[in-house]
Amino acid sequence: MNILSVGRDFIATTFRLSTPIIFAALGGVISERSGVVNIGLEGMMLLGAFGATVGTYYTHNPFIGLLTGALAGGLAAALHALLSIHFKADQIVSGVAINMLALGATNYLLLLLFQTAGNSPAVLTIPWKIFAASALILPFVLHYFLYRTPVGLRIRAVGEHPKAADTAGINVFFVRYCCVIISGILAGIGGAYLSISLLNRFTRDMSAGTGFIALAAVIFGKWTPIGALGAGLFFGLAYALQFILPGILPHGMKIPPEFFNSLPYLLTMIVLVGAIGKAIPPASDGIPYDPKESR
Amino acid sequence: MGSDKQQSILVELKNITKRFGALTANDRVNLSIEKGEIHALVGENGAGKTTLMNVLYGLYQPDFGKIYLNGTEVRITNPKTAISLGIGMVHQHFMLIPPLTVAENIVLGEEPGNFLAFNRSKAISEVQKISEKHGLNVDPTALVSTLSVGSEQRVEILKLLYRSASILIFDEPTAVLTPQETKDLFRIFNSLKKEGKTIVFISHKLKEVMEISDRITVMRQGKAVGVLQKEKTNEAEIARLMVGRDVLFVPDQEVVPKGDIVLEVQNLQAVNDRGLPALQEVSFSVKSGEILGIAGVAGNGQTELAEVLTGLRSAQNGRIFLKGQDVTHDSPGEKIKLGIAHVLGIAHVPEDRHKRGLILDFPVSYNLILGSQGKDPFSRNLLLDSQAIQKFAKEKIAEFDIRPGDENLPARYLSGGNQQKVVIAREFSRDPSFLVISQPTRGVDVGGIEFIHHQILSMKKRGKAILLISLELDEILNLSDRIAVLYNGKIVKILNRTAATEEELGLLMAGILEYSSPKKS
Repeated sequence: MNILSVGRDFIATTFRLSTPIIFAALGGVISERSGVVNIGLEGMMLLGAFGATVGTYYTHNPFIGLLTGALAGGLAAALHALLSIHFKADQIVSGVAINMLALGATNYLLLLLFQTAGNSPAVLTIPWKIFAASALILPFVLHYFLYRTPVGLRIRAVGEHPKAADTAGINVFFVRYCCVIISGILAGIGGAYLSISLLNRFTRDMSAGTGFIALAAVIFGKWTPIGALGAGLFFGLAYALQFILPGILPHGMKIPPEFFNSLPYLLTMIVLVGAIGKAIPPASDGIPYDPKESR
Repeated sequence: MGSDKQQSILVELKNITKRFGALTANDRVNLSIEKGEIHALVGENGAGKTTLMNVLYGLYQPDFGKIYLNGTEVRITNPKTAISLGIGMVHQHFMLIPPLTVAENIVLGEEPGNFLAFNRSKAISEVQKISEKHGLNVDPTALVSTLSVGSEQRVEILKLLYRSASILIFDEPTAVLTPQETKDLFRIFNSLKKEGKTIVFISHKLKEVMEISDRITVMRQGKAVGVLQKEKTNEAEIARLMVGRDVLFVPDQEVVPKGDIVLEVQNLQAVNDRGLPALQEVSFSVKSGEILGIAGVAGNGQTELAEVLTGLRSAQNGRIFLKGQDVTHDSPGEKIKLGIAHVLGIAHVPEDRHKRGLILDFPVSYNLILGSQGKDPFSRNLLLDSQAIQKFAKEKIAEFDIRPGDENLPARYLSGGNQQKVVIAREFSRDPSFLVISQPTRGVDVGGIEFIHHQILSMKKRGKAILLISLELDEILNLSDRIAVLYNGKIVKILNRTAATEEELGLLMAGILEYSSPKKS
């Protein structure tokens, strides 16, 4: 292996592994900007991955699979929205419930549809570069949307001070519902990428913590789309290191592979602990809006 | 005459009833507002004023009752409808979003531009235009988080004007303003009135009501109990209607023999949360049986002064002596001094009762023993003695007239005035030698103010040394023996109350009169 091909490999791996994180993190940004914490990103990704596999399997069209994957994420998000906005449930509890539901449901459906507890049959795929390119462009689109359009202004207003937005004639519930569902769709696309692009099948628990890394990327990126892009790339790079590093270690140097596997998580902790300065979330992030409560 | 009057009525609320659970906040309330008038809605805390206005603004739906606008019935199901009918409201707690700019806050909900592009420059120029037209000076590009309270209020008014509201509702607009800012606001009220706007304002400051309004509707316990013409009434009559009995305005100032110096502060210096100087060269002393009032515009060091004296903030320099004993803790951050103030016999009524004074979700009884929970009789063998706590709470509830008299009710559900009574009951029961009392009557109604003032004066009679920090000049003038004016972190002057005039204090508070080195008295 020469240095050049290693470098090229490394960059490609970074982009490949960043893509799902970026999609889910963008979902997290839009949801939290409107004031709803979406800890269910992980579950929505998993459902997205499964939905995409099923859609592709039955239609033999991975683009329809992408739609069904997005839909699956969006539906899970709609449930989260219903629980946390309408019923004012604790958003963390609701999100955790969705994560567990997603794991159980996909395992069950895997057995039901494909008679397996591990891997689904192989399905057609979409070239990963299409996803990766979208993941690089979408943050800028979302940035424009949040900071340069009236709707973006309203979303930010709702996440900061819902009562102020309400008194200005904005429908807080509607804005939050939309943002959470969009969030689930984006996470679902991130999940679809895992099953119909990065791999060509669904495997049990295939999101494997990517959704949680995406949550970290939301914070690391300071709740901005472009920040989420940067954070997603950073975490992708950390993942890529675990594949590249063992191959380029000098002979005789023994580092247990577990160390490399834990690298992304270690970096996440280090980054979140303090390398980034104080990150200020939207003021009403995580707080259900009750118009009757005075603030 | 009768038909003339009929025509000039712009808004009419008929039989509005609004219940929250068992509480009837509005009980068959009638209110009629004439076009172009300034109508004051007065009443004690919890009388239902804000609820009624929230109904008119569409934030609450009445259980029954009807709203008429220009004689036709309207259904206002949300603020958006209210706005489209020309009704605008400035809430008591401003509805502004700090990280957004002034212009963004104002146009929010009715942004210029199209779906795909928010026209920022148009928003800015529109806001500029309206603010110039009405003489409401604000920078449209400034972030709201950088504004003073007075400017924030101007932004709120601009929000209404941008939406071309013709009926402007203000919920306690002067509660947070300095005397000068209040004057400004009333100037704005008058000019809006000249333009033909109709203003409804909620207040319990009767002086202001008499100054600015044309007609006054008084509410008590959810009911409208009277409509008065300003020319034909006076403060005493309004107060009587509000409270249901006669109210003394100026508490009796008994001369109490002053004793020894209890608290002495020398050259105190401290920084605020951002590390900027908040107190400089502050020196004063308070004797037993004396109330020293600290007058000043908000943000001139009052908060930091109270915190340094009670040990919540460390002094950078200077000395604090309590009964001759040096209690300055000059190693900052070394001790969490929260508990120390009590040990030293300092009681603290904090300026923000929600943040520092109470644990809102704890019952009244627990709030009444906070800080003493580890002491006899409340704690025995490491366990709380709930019987002793309940007994103590019942006594205090009776003594301080805390309503409703349920010691198990979480403090959150008490009105502002009663929450404040809980804090005062607790702090005054510690039998301190020195009290720091900040904003004792912020957001408290007339009856409550009277009660709290009596309590403060009775502490003075018992020979306590009291530092009274208040943004209400009337309160300072009514209660203090001496008045120190705090401006920009410095005490610009200490005057005897008998020698002080409101005008001089106002100028000192605004920093217009020169800084003269304070003499120790």
